[in-house]
Amino acid sequence: MSVSSIVVVRELVKTYAVRGALLRAVDGVSFDVRPGETLGLVGESGSGKSTTGRILVGLDAATSGSINLFGQQISSKAGKAALGAVRRRLQFVFQDPQNSLNPRMRARDAIAEPLDIAGGLTRAARNDRVRELLEMVGLPISCGDRFPHEFSGGQRQRIGIARALALRPEFVVCDEPVSSLDVSIQAQIVNLLLDLQERLGLSYLFIAHDLAVVRSISARVAVMYAGRIVEIAPKRELYTLPRHPYTQALLAAVPRMRPNKARAAAVVAGELPSQIDTVPGCTFHPRCPFAFERCRTEKPKLREIAAGHLAACHLHEPPHQPPFAN
Amino acid sequence: MAEQPLLSVENLTVQFRSDIGWVTAIDGVDFAVHPGECLGIVGESGSGKSVSALSILRLHSPANTRYASGAIHYGGRDLLTLPQRRLRQIRGGEIAMIFQDPMSSLNPVLTIADQIMEPLRQHQGLSARAARRQAIALLDMVRISDASRRIDDYPHRLSGGMRQRVMIAIAVACRPKLLIADEPTTALDVTIQSQILTLLRDLQREIGMSVILITHDLGVVAEFAQRVVVMYAGRVVESASVAALFARPMHPYTEGLIQAVPDPDEDVHRLAMIPGNIPDPSTQIAGCRFNPRCRHAVRSCLAETPALIDAGAGHFARCPPRIAAGRIA
Repeated sequence: MSVSSIVVVRELVKTYAVRGALLRAVDGVSFDVRPGETLGLVGESGSGKSTTGRILVGLDAATSGSINLFGQQISSKAGKAALGAVRRRLQFVFQDPQNSLNPRMRARDAIAEPLDIAGGLTRAARNDRVRELLEMVGLPISCGDRFPHEFSGGQRQRIGIARALALRPEFVVCDEPVSSLDVSIQAQIVNLLLDLQERLGLSYLFIAHDLAVVRSISARVAVMYAGRIVEIAPKRELYTLPRHPYTQALLAAVPRMRPNKARAAAVVAGELPSQIDTVPGCTFHPRCPFAFERCRTEKPKLREIAAGHLAACHLHEPPHQPPFAN
Repeated sequence: MAEQPLLSVENLTVQFRSDIGWVTAIDGVDFAVHPGECLGIVGESGSGKSVSALSILRLHSPANTRYASGAIHYGGRDLLTLPQRRLRQIRGGEIAMIFQDPMSSLNPVLTIADQIMEPLRQHQGLSARAARRQAIALLDMVRISDASRRIDDYPHRLSGGMRQRVMIAIAVACRPKLLIADEPTTALDVTIQSQILTLLRDLQREIGMSVILITHDLGVVAEFAQRVVVMYAGRVVESASVAALFARPMHPYTEGLIQAVPDPDEDVHRLAMIPGNIPDPSTQIAGCRFNPRCRHAVRSCLAETPALIDAGAGHFARCPPRIAAGRIA
């Protein structure tokens, strides 16, 4: 893939020991993020999307695999320590701004904390920067004196974003940044993230379970299931021509506001198996309406099926032709 | 609608005790649910949708709650003034409820069998053996495979989707006339949500019950309900058939909310926004509560509390300027 990518992740694996068994939370994930681009990462609970984000910013260490950030190779096992050199260029926005802000810290101090830790700013320059950041995220300067509990959820998320931007990062991992917000507020935050991206040339990894929100902000979208990326494509293509049966099921399951429109596809049966590792072959095959013999024995590889469109599904490997071409 | 409603809420005002005195959570709420229909109640945080639903069975803590006005008509009685003893016969029997988080509504130290059998023994006076047989049949009904074995499991052994199926089995055990579902799929993944909604719809037809579905998700309402009530800051701002509401929203809040929801079937560059924040229930807003966020607000919106007006064909909206404009057009 292109050398210009600022994030290159290859064969990322994260295993946890759960009651004697090994759970592969992230199982061989590879992707790139290009400068100024938003890559959406969607999946349901247990898909491994948040773990992937946490490893990228050093909140978790990978079991194996490689991460290259801004051209610098990060040893997978070293985690946090190895991130030192690139740390400032990479930040994180969390789901719940309620829990990620210190309740005893005024907003301006919460925003300035990364500046204070990095050091090297005069008092005046620090305060100027805080004012600039408040303005950037659409909060009045007077908000700086208030404590987290005095803000609404949407305003707290604005503070979380200001804090993440304090050190002028180039890449921001946003983990479910709008999923605890009301619809009318969610739109404000999505638009703010779009504005900031345009203004500052940011790249995002946007992790979310809501397919519609991901469509509104991403350029490309990767779909995860049971620790693996099952499909990745430019946004328009993924939503209009989904090729993996799981992506198709996921899209069909989103409730639509058009009351007269009949649901396009049948409801996918079953649930994510609790013992993913004991499922041979494709982890989606027990729920897949198209599964055939090969799916039960052999894990499909993520391969290119059209320009920039990758899917991990035996249906799209020769000699089998997809029975549901559209 | 000529038909007599199964349950109707009239001018209901509920207040809660707080540090700063009594705070009005819902203010003059009206809605009705008819036999066999699904009524959706939709709104954001603090809209009062859950407060309204919990009031039907008087599930708020009595010491801190005041029903300042209104009545809840059900079967010729007013549930607000019914003695506790009589109300308990209705709860879990004729009117059942399911909640967002099945884990916190199931008792972790009792087996599934114990919890499904309880309403059957309580309301229908079944023997232990008959109740167990009935409980297994109910688990089959909510499509839990291997029911005769699963029934002796404890809740923690089940996934979130399975727990919600168990909650539904408990709720429909006595074939209720009305099921109140408060955000029943909010904690679930989208593929599991569609399974649960499909199950609820099948059971609704099978049992012939009415459903009040409380949700923040407009898509869920559109797919599941026949009529919908939109709430904002403790008041009903609009009510209509689902088809009419989505085709022609009358209240600027409803319109803004529909536009703010990202569409999984369209590429958009930016989302439509409603400016400002959702007001805290303790803040006093004169006139229409939506006026600080409304693009169309005129002088009268700032002074007078607007009435919920019939715009025709069972479509009501709490926005006199908009309805006046609609009639001219």
